[in-house]
Parts: sequence; structure tokens; C-alpha cells
Amino acid sequence: MAAQIFSAIFVIIIGVGGCVAYFWGANKLLDLVFPSRGVSGSAAVDNLRRQGLVRPWLFVGPAMIILTIYLIYPVVETLRLSFLDRGGENFVGLANYQWAFGDHDFRNSIFNNILWLAVVPAACTFLGLIIAVLTDKIWWGTIAKSLIFLPLAISFVGASVIWKFIYEYRGEGQVQIGLLNAIIQYFGGQPQVWISLPLWNNFFLMIILIWIQTGFAMVILSSALRGIPEETLEAAVIDGANPFQIFWKIMVPQIWGTIAVVWTTITILVLKVFDIVLTMTNGQWNTQVLANLMFDWMFRGGGDFGRGATIAIIIMIAVIPIMIWNIRQANKETGGH
Amino acid sequence: MAASTGKSFVSRFGVHIAVLVFVVIWTIPTLGILVSSLRDKDQIIASGWWNSFASSSQTEAARLPAASAQTQKDGKYVIEGNIFGDGAKRAISAFGTKAAAPTQYKAGTAADLGDGVSLQVNSDGSFVLSSPKAFEGDRGQRVYYASSAPPKFTTENYDAVLFAEGIGRSFMNSLTVTIPSTVIPILIAAFAAYALAWMRFPGRALLIAVIIGLLVVPLQMSLIPLLKLYNGVGTFFGVPSKTYLGIWLAHTGFGLPFAIYLLRSYIAGLPREIMESARIDGASDFEIFVKIVLPLSFPVLASFAIFQFLWVWNDLLVAMVFLGTAPDQIVLTAKLNALLGSRGGNWEILTTSAFITIIVPLTVFFSLQRYFVRGLLAGSVKGG
Repeated sequence: MAAQIFSAIFVIIIGVGGCVAYFWGANKLLDLVFPSRGVSGSAAVDNLRRQGLVRPWLFVGPAMIILTIYLIYPVVETLRLSFLDRGGENFVGLANYQWAFGDHDFRNSIFNNILWLAVVPAACTFLGLIIAVLTDKIWWGTIAKSLIFLPLAISFVGASVIWKFIYEYRGEGQVQIGLLNAIIQYFGGQPQVWISLPLWNNFFLMIILIWIQTGFAMVILSSALRGIPEETLEAAVIDGANPFQIFWKIMVPQIWGTIAVVWTTITILVLKVFDIVLTMTNGQWNTQVLANLMFDWMFRGGGDFGRGATIAIIIMIAVIPIMIWNIRQANKETGGH
Repeated sequence: MAASTGKSFVSRFGVHIAVLVFVVIWTIPTLGILVSSLRDKDQIIASGWWNSFASSSQTEAARLPAASAQTQKDGKYVIEGNIFGDGAKRAISAFGTKAAAPTQYKAGTAADLGDGVSLQVNSDGSFVLSSPKAFEGDRGQRVYYASSAPPKFTTENYDAVLFAEGIGRSFMNSLTVTIPSTVIPILIAAFAAYALAWMRFPGRALLIAVIIGLLVVPLQMSLIPLLKLYNGVGTFFGVPSKTYLGIWLAHTGFGLPFAIYLLRSYIAGLPREIMESARIDGASDFEIFVKIVLPLSFPVLASFAIFQFLWVWNDLLVAMVFLGTAPDQIVLTAKLNALLGSRGGNWEILTTSAFITIIVPLTVFFSLQRYFVRGLLAGSVKGG
């Protein structure tokens, strides 16, 4: 273990030192090859121009190489693999896609993903907005926000253990140590095995993600609410609007842009939801989702890369509209800068 | 914000109550595992954690020793002993001999069982069963009793989990993965971000667009090709394909688009005059970057570092694909996932392990919340 710590520290030094050495060295080399100081005027201008052509690429080079290996090449390769068989050797055309749409697990995953997409972003945004508005009105709002924000720092696996403990089931008549069943039993209800309850179990898994992500929505929306010009609110008050009218007709319309950002961010997260399903049910009792199904196919029986890649492509297709929207927004904002 | 409408006492009171309800719902789950991790493992299954500050009481059954244990005392046949065997620290409040009435007699009183047979069970568990006639048979008397144990908090679970279950080792593995994976991307991204913000070169706009596009590419797209690539490299050079170096680079790659995006938008917002006056003074881009841009960018570098740290520490998927499950490589999240399978009912182990995995992110989060929120606000286009 000590050896491991030393090797980790060693790597940090090597890695960081290597990066520094590269940037510093490459820069130095450029200055040596095209000197701009100590040469005649016109030569210096020429060399400066040449430096200006090369230097940006020295700066972005390492990032471009890593992005190409870890993201751009894999996207192309995954697309190619989705047309190949399990070992990635023979071309099978659309067979993987045909398989997918006939497969029970896949169809179940699509259904569940749509369910997640319909519920989680909406619930997080709605709850986040309400909490943001309420906490802005009280003196201990900052503390309240911190506490609601806290689950965002917890891993999905940790959160799953936390909630599994809440959903814990004991036979009827026994002492319930899971909070939910204890409450149900206290009020005279029947304890339930929540995570295997058909259809409803999906919602019990969604609650975990909502619990984690509401804090995110709250923080972003809270700062957007602060940006609303006071005058618009004051004008509404003078005109005799009640708090609900102010909220729905004055505040919400002014922060539509932020609501959209929060919504799409959580949507992307939901498309990739994996850890919660793996640790809570591993897709049993009809709770499968695409990301977990893909992981399953990557390793099931030595792995079927063709089918795994196909599922990844389906997730990607769902993300593409958001991607295009993001790029458009960014282009609009930078406007040529 | 002007919340000046409807400021009646009732509506303000309502707001406090509503926020309190939200706060309670959001904190209770975490509190549950914290409290449980500190409880005695027998008590965790005997009562809900919300009862942990009260004595836990339960009704149990025991069988007294059979006739062979009897002795003769003052002309009576007597069986003596202690229900708990070796004095456990529980207190009996009542006992009985019928399942239908398990708490018929108070502890310390003698119960008349008919035919002159009497049974006395004391609160410390000791009992005396006496009869004028000799006991017969090889099955002893059945006794039911209600007992309670005082609340007991202990750090034993932490000892057990850290050393016997291997969580301590996984904690080190997680640190080994996380720290380089946080530090390496920062430098690479900072240089790229500066070039994209302040240097002119063909293809810059395209590169920015590509990076914004890559922000939302699901990790799932990368897994299979990279797994194949790593296996290929491993076989080619005759080295293991699951290494720390591999996962450091993978996390660097997955973190870069967000890092560049976040840093670029901050660096692009730095005042133009500073850069230009430095340039007029003859500073090269490299000097401007190192001496002016880096120090000024500290807040955004801190934001990204916190993000990346939390994301890598909490990651399960990348660790499961690119690292092995042997004790020298398994990280906390993967270990916790494995424990959920192998120790599914041992809540003392699960709650304690879970709390250990979340303690680091919670500390980072609370001490550096300001930077975290700033990063969140600046970069909320990434999907987690």
C-alpha cells in the first residue's frame, strides 16, 4: 500500500512535471527556431509571424490529441461497431438494431428511460424552483439551501445504499427498520417490498436521482431569480398582483432560459443513469435502463460489443438534439469572438 | 429579491414550515446511515435507527435447562441459571410461559405455574424454577420474556469495515485514482483554453464548437472502443490492460471538454487591456499565460478541480470498466457495490461503508462550497 501511495505521488510529479516541461520546452524551442530577439527587423517580423502560426497549436495540441483518442475516435468506432457482430469482426448490417427493437429487455429499457425522462427533470426543476423561491424569503435560507444541496456531493452508489436502507422490508408484524415501511406500518398499512413493486419500483429509483439533483436545480434557479430586475416585481405589486400571479406571470417567464438549461442538463444525466439501477435492482423487476443494459452486454458472456455499441448509439441519438441546441446557443453568445 | 407581498404572519409562518419540511426530507436519509453506522449491530436489526436514543425492547423466547440440570434444595427440586447464559447487558422487564401472554409476570416476582411449581425470573436474567416433585423429560420449560437494552453507540463498525472488509484499502485506491485525475487535466485544459480565448488561428471557431458538442457526448460512447484499445495495447506490449495510468488518462479525457469550456469562458472574460499592455511590454503568449492569466484564473481553476474531484471520486462506471476488482485496484464506489451484493443484509457494514465513501466529498463540498457553486453556475450545460 505504501508503494502505491509513492507511485501515485511519483506519477503526479511526473505528470505535472511532464506537462510543464512540454509547454515550457516546446515554447522555448519555438523561440530558438524562429528567434524574434537579436535579429534584424524584417527577419524578426517574419519570425514573429511564424511563431504566431505555430504557437496556438502547441497550446491546444495536447488537449486535441487526448480528446481525439478518448472521445472523437470512440464515437466513430462505436458507430462502426454497431454494424458488426459480437467480436467486432464481421459486418452484420442492421442486425443489431433489428435485435434491439425485438428484445424484451431493450424495449423495457426504452420504456423506463422515457418514464425517467418524463418524471425526473420535471420534478427536479419544479422542486428546485419552489425551494429557491421559498428559501429566498427567510433568514436561514442559506443553511436550508446548503442542506438540500448536500446530496449533490454524494455518489450515486452511496445514495443508493442510503435509500435502500429507507426502502428496507421486513415481513409483516416484524420490527420494520426501513423508515418507509415503519411509517406505513405505524399508520396501519401493509409493509411492501418497494423495489420489486411492478412499475412503481421505477419511481422509487427515480426518487433517489430527484433527491440528488434538486439541489442543483435550486442553486442555478436561485441565482437566476436574483437576477430578475426589482422594478418588474415592484410594478406587479403596485398593480395588485398576488404572490402566485407574481410567481407564474412575472418571475417564471423571465427565467425561462435558465429553466431550459437546468432541464436539459438533468435530461442528459437521466439518459446516462446507470449506477442507481445497477446497485438497487440491476435491472430486475422491469427496472432496466439503457445505460445499465449496455454495461450488461459489454461483459455478459465475454461481451457482445456489437449490441453494446448499438445501445450506446441509441443513447447518443437521444442526446444529439440537445447537442445541436447547445452549439447554436454558444455560437449566438460568442457571436464571432 | 422583493418578496414584499402577502407578508402576513400566517404566510411567513407557512414559508418557514414548508422549508423546514423540505430540509427534513432531504437530510433524514443521510442522517439515517450516519446514526446507524454508529449503532451496535444487534440493535440495528432490533429497532429502527430513529429509536436509537431510546432503549430498544424486544420479546424473545428461551428454553430453560431440562430435568437433568435439577438439584435438590430444602426438599424441593430446583433448576437455576441465567437465561442470557453469560450475563448480556439486557434487562428483563416481564416474562411469561405462554406464547399468548409473553409478559404475564413482572420480573422479580414468582409465577405460580400450577402443581406447586413456581418460576421466578429476575431482571438480570437469572431464574429459579422449583417444584415439590422431581422434574422429568428432556425438554425444559419454555419461557418468554420482554427485555430492553440501553442505547449503545460504538465505533466498532468503523474498525471492522476499515480493516476487515477492505474499505480502508479501497479508500487509498480511490485517492490514488482521484488526485492525478484531477491535477493532470487542469494544466492541459488551461493552455488550450487560453489559446481558444486569446490567440488567433484558423479553425478556432470550429474547435470551440467541437468541444461544446463533446460536452454532452455520453460516456457510454467511449467505453467499448477504449476497452478494445486498452486490451490491444496491453497485449501488444505484454502489460496488464487495467492500470492506474489507464484510468488517469481516461478521466483526463472525459473531463477535458468541460474543463476547456469552463476555463475558456472565464479566461475570455478577463480584461483585454491587461493582455494588450503586457504584449506591448514585449511579453510573449507563454509569459502572459503563466504570469497573468494563470494567477487571475485561480477561482475557476478551483471550481474545476472541485468538480473533477467529486466526479472522479463518485464515479462507478469508468472504474468498473478500466480498473480490476482485486483489492489493490478496487475503488470505494465499486467496493460498496460489491458489498451490496455480498453483505446485502449486514446493515452495520453497508451503512458504515457508505458513510466512509461520502465523508470525503462532503468535507470537500462544505469547505469549498463557494467555488463549487460558482463552477456550477458557469458550466451548467454539462450533464453531470
